[in-house]
Amino acid sequence: MITPAHRAHRAGIVRQVDALIVGGGPAGLAASLALRDAGVHVALIERERSLGGIPRHSRHTGYGVRDLHRVLSGPAYAAHYATLAERAGVDIHLTTTATDWSAEGHLITTSPSGVQHWAAKAVLLATGCRERPRSARLVPGDRPAGVLTTGTLQQLAHLFHLPIGERAIVVGAEHVSFSAVHTLLSHGVAVAAVVTDQPASQSYALLRALAFGRHRLPLYVSTDVVAISGSERVRAVELEDRRSRARWSVPCDTVVFTGGWVPDYELARTRPVAMAGPHPRVDQWLRTARPGFFAAGNLVHAAEPADVCALGGRHAARSIVQYLTYGEWPDDGAELLASDPFVWVHPSRLTSTRERPTRGRLLTRVRHFLGPGVIELVQADRVLHAVRRHRLVPNRSISVALPASLRVDLAAGPVELRWRPGALRPPGNDLSVPSPVLQVGVQRERRRQGNGWP
Amino acid sequence: MGAADGPHTYDVAIIGAGVVGAAIARELSTYELRTVVLEAGHDVGTGTSKANTAIRHTGFDAKPGSLEAALLERAYPLLSDYAARTGIPLETPGALLVAWSSDQLARIDALRIQARANGCHDVQVVSTEGIYAAEPNLGPGALGGLAVPGEGIVCPFTMPLAFAIEAVTNGVQIELDTAVQSIERGAGAYELATSRGRVRARWVVNAAGLSSDLVDRMMGHERFTIHPRRGQLIVFDKLARPLVSSILLPVPTPVSKGVLIAPTVFGNVLLGPTAEELDDRTGTQTTRQGLDDLLAKGRTILPALVEEEVTATYAGLRAATEHSDYQIHCDPAQRYVCVGGIRSTGLSAAMGIAAHVADLLQDAGLVLRRAAVHREVRMRPIGESQRRLFRDHDAIAARPDYGEIVCFCERVTRGEVLDALVGPLPARSTDGLRRRTRAGLGRCQGFYCSATLSALLNDRREPPLAPSRHEDELVVSQTPRTR
Repeated sequence: MITPAHRAHRAGIVRQVDALIVGGGPAGLAASLALRDAGVHVALIERERSLGGIPRHSRHTGYGVRDLHRVLSGPAYAAHYATLAERAGVDIHLTTTATDWSAEGHLITTSPSGVQHWAAKAVLLATGCRERPRSARLVPGDRPAGVLTTGTLQQLAHLFHLPIGERAIVVGAEHVSFSAVHTLLSHGVAVAAVVTDQPASQSYALLRALAFGRHRLPLYVSTDVVAISGSERVRAVELEDRRSRARWSVPCDTVVFTGGWVPDYELARTRPVAMAGPHPRVDQWLRTARPGFFAAGNLVHAAEPADVCALGGRHAARSIVQYLTYGEWPDDGAELLASDPFVWVHPSRLTSTRERPTRGRLLTRVRHFLGPGVIELVQADRVLHAVRRHRLVPNRSISVALPASLRVDLAAGPVELRWRPGALRPPGNDLSVPSPVLQVGVQRERRRQGNGWP
Repeated sequence: MGAADGPHTYDVAIIGAGVVGAAIARELSTYELRTVVLEAGHDVGTGTSKANTAIRHTGFDAKPGSLEAALLERAYPLLSDYAARTGIPLETPGALLVAWSSDQLARIDALRIQARANGCHDVQVVSTEGIYAAEPNLGPGALGGLAVPGEGIVCPFTMPLAFAIEAVTNGVQIELDTAVQSIERGAGAYELATSRGRVRARWVVNAAGLSSDLVDRMMGHERFTIHPRRGQLIVFDKLARPLVSSILLPVPTPVSKGVLIAPTVFGNVLLGPTAEELDDRTGTQTTRQGLDDLLAKGRTILPALVEEEVTATYAGLRAATEHSDYQIHCDPAQRYVCVGGIRSTGLSAAMGIAAHVADLLQDAGLVLRRAAVHREVRMRPIGESQRRLFRDHDAIAARPDYGEIVCFCERVTRGEVLDALVGPLPARSTDGLRRRTRAGLGRCQGFYCSATLSALLNDRREPPLAPSRHEDELVVSQTPRTR
């Protein structure tokens, strides 16, 4: 069957759009809606058969608080955005996978209607993130069936209704880990243990309680999975206590590796755009270092909740509209660097003292439990901003509200995100205490947190 | 049960459907013979054949005059030709043997001479500058080396499958999940007791890989013992592929070819193998120590490599013996050929070994007559150097499911998955699907696709193998004639 799309390809037609969005998860969908509202000709490609991204197979509630101001389940949240995008007339292409960039810089996609080249004035990469699988964590042992990630587990359970196992171990103790526990328990799988290499759980006690319900589950902290055994199917997992070096074996037939988010940066790296650690380097307006290329969602902060991604998508749309209108691309700016114990920081570049990041906040993660102390933004030994924190939890979102006018000198080199441990009340003359001017900025910022258009 | 020459007596029973057994089956399928292959595993090529470095060796460093060297040389043009005809992913990026110490540098010239003795006349000594010009990402400290242009990389999954599918297409019977338990010599034919019934055959070819010594003992010999040598390997993300242009070999030692870095036909970069002597013939676990050692070596050879994400780790066992050469023996009086101890060059030498075994059988008295009709197979392109279906606009126009990518990392389409579930030797598990299509082998290791694949497999899964209708006879199922 030769469809018109195939003929178009033969004639060498490159599809032209103003904005092309790669990825139909929360960030891509929210961006597409905002761009349609602004009257931009926008196409969105999604490699799966349906829109919505990861929330589609995450059954628990809690979606939509920050962006939609209501509480929905993952699938309802995904369906909500998908319906809005369809109604808004976004040019949506499902089962369409971006595979390569052509020599001319066109994006090449494959779909059941053929191979297509796309030329766009602006490209938004919103390809999301995935969990680091067992192999990339270098967990040794046999390689039997029954080793999953939360994503696979929830797709098996919720989208395909396939059997999972009888007794599972969950590796990780962050929010998503307890989402996995919830899925397992609600599908009749006993949870033998939750294991984390950190010295405590990194999720909220409430979430844990919701996930565990009536069940009492052992939580092993400071514990590593050192081997998996089993020939066809997982038979047992060997654990090691980091403190005592004691080893023991826990029988199970399923192992779920949770969290350990890796952004899906392949398209970004093959174009290529400059990277900041695992993420494409983006400024506060989600512009990459390559003119016309934007990135949003968990591709630039793996992983934040869906509503934060959606707000990022809206923010990127605003940035794209400005670019399509004025054609300006900043070429100066100060890099924002995360120094140990921070793992990454978003945004990773500051290109203007006026333009604000999504929600007026920077996002970051830490390697291990910290606190109390002060988070500082430092440029050339000058403290630009400082906030006190009682406690920082690894694998959990840390956001820092930025003052409306951060006194960054765009020509003075990189800005560093630092941690200064210490008592919550610093000595009187310490420069790192936020100045009254900056405090006013924070106040103003709070009032402006409408998250919509200015 | 029929007489020795009755309808259920095969001319040849091949024990083992690894790459060597499958190659022999393919070779024999070109003759008018009734051949059966008995494979203990769930699929063809599930032992040593699937878990190795996937290097296609020239044999430049083999012991001159050895059977291994001769068969590698014999196999080289056969495989080049066959891979081109059937579509087995095969690339020849060449190898660069790198010397990291003055001791190693001193041995380069001897290796060059050895290579020439093995028929590799195109090897060239490379200077320090030449090494870094060819491989700018090499770590500091490389002193010089030897370029071996003929070394290549091959798909270790497609190769035994192509052999086996061609054999099946031409009338060979392949019985999976069929472990040989004992062999009795009856009147005019052997009787092989298997886990799925009895099989009668006049000739026996032992290609049992890691169990080849056990089968050899069943035939009454004490010629060699398999000492499994484990090799652990790490596969790095495709984004690491631009870091290397050729295979980076170390200077070999008598024990092992050492830890190498090689591109793969799927566009990844592979680091390994370790060489650990084991007693356990099933010991394919990876270990903390092994992986750490590899990462440490990798950091020296190609520092940028270890900064990339790891896609997979695995381990395989080489069928090493106390002898340095292949253990290929023919006992005409017994109507038996033993093909054992194919330690680390099985993929490269398989076609040479198969041709050699056919010669041995003929010399021993088996009548080989070319079959009037012989069909070749064409495998679907799954190598990066081939035109993959997802890039083939015309193929998608003809069949839109070749345009629906279900494994995003490896760009495997729904059409390819559905194809792998039918035809001769269909996939019977997600592992089988992986080896036929690459689906699930990529960087996400199934985060996105494994649920879809499981569902497709569940929909199309064959009924379990039918139990034998006769208590003591393996019933021959209909041979597929498609493809």
